[in-house]
Amino acid sequence: MTASLAVFFALAALAVIGAVSLIVQKHPIHSALSLIVVMIALAGLYLLLGAEFVAAVQIIVYGGAIMVLFVFVIMLLNAGVEEHTSISKMAGAPGLLLVVALAGFVAATIARSTESVETTLETGEIASTLGISNMIFKEFVYPFELTSFLILVAVLGATVLAQREKS
Amino acid sequence: MVPTNYYVILSAILFGLGVLAFIFKRNIITIFMSIELMLNAVNLAFVAFSQALGKLDGQVFVLFVIVVAAAEAAVGLGIIILIARSRQTLNVERVDLLKL
Repeated sequence: MTASLAVFFALAALAVIGAVSLIVQKHPIHSALSLIVVMIALAGLYLLLGAEFVAAVQIIVYGGAIMVLFVFVIMLLNAGVEEHTSISKMAGAPGLLLVVALAGFVAATIARSTESVETTLETGEIASTLGISNMIFKEFVYPFELTSFLILVAVLGATVLAQREKS
Repeated sequence: MVPTNYYVILSAILFGLGVLAFIFKRNIITIFMSIELMLNAVNLAFVAFSQALGKLDGQVFVLFVIVVAAAEAAVGLGIIILIARSRQTLNVERVDLLKL
């Protein structure tokens, strides 16, 4: 087993354990911390894939901004331990059936397409950050400008939603 | 080198766990976090295929997905704050009326 494979399995195990912990934990703040573990593990996997810019953005935006927002909202709302209710029975057997069907479909698709994707190239062949900046500001410049508009709308929407109604 | 299949399988596992959390959790904030988990799983598949095919389009798409996730988190958490303020609960099963 090569070193990169060992690192992959360590990070993959960390990510899966974090995701399982997200489901098992009862308190939302524990779930949020588990999700941060998943995101850090995924950033390590991006580094392993040679996508260092995506790894940095993952840590800064997901780990730094989005999860802080989540933790902040959990503390602001003083969210306690999840209460157990079963008002709707939808989440029981049909939900599990849906998940099993989805997992089976995904596994079958992956098993069928084993040979269609060639094995990975050598890491570091493409200067990824330089290449990404070239693509964003040349080929994808209109979608990139549209995302700024999207963020503007999101900021306005969040401001309108969060302000108290005057009555 | 790690085969691309391993990354895709890990991505599928994480996506499945996200769906599981989405269906079985009751707290609206945790449900929102499971959506973020699913987005992260898809991002991993994007980067893995980008590396496997030697093209950077996948990584650019991951950046767009992260931007959309940030916008979604801002608006979604605003909605959650509104729901918590008007219903005094975060349990999705107790939020079953369109009109208060």
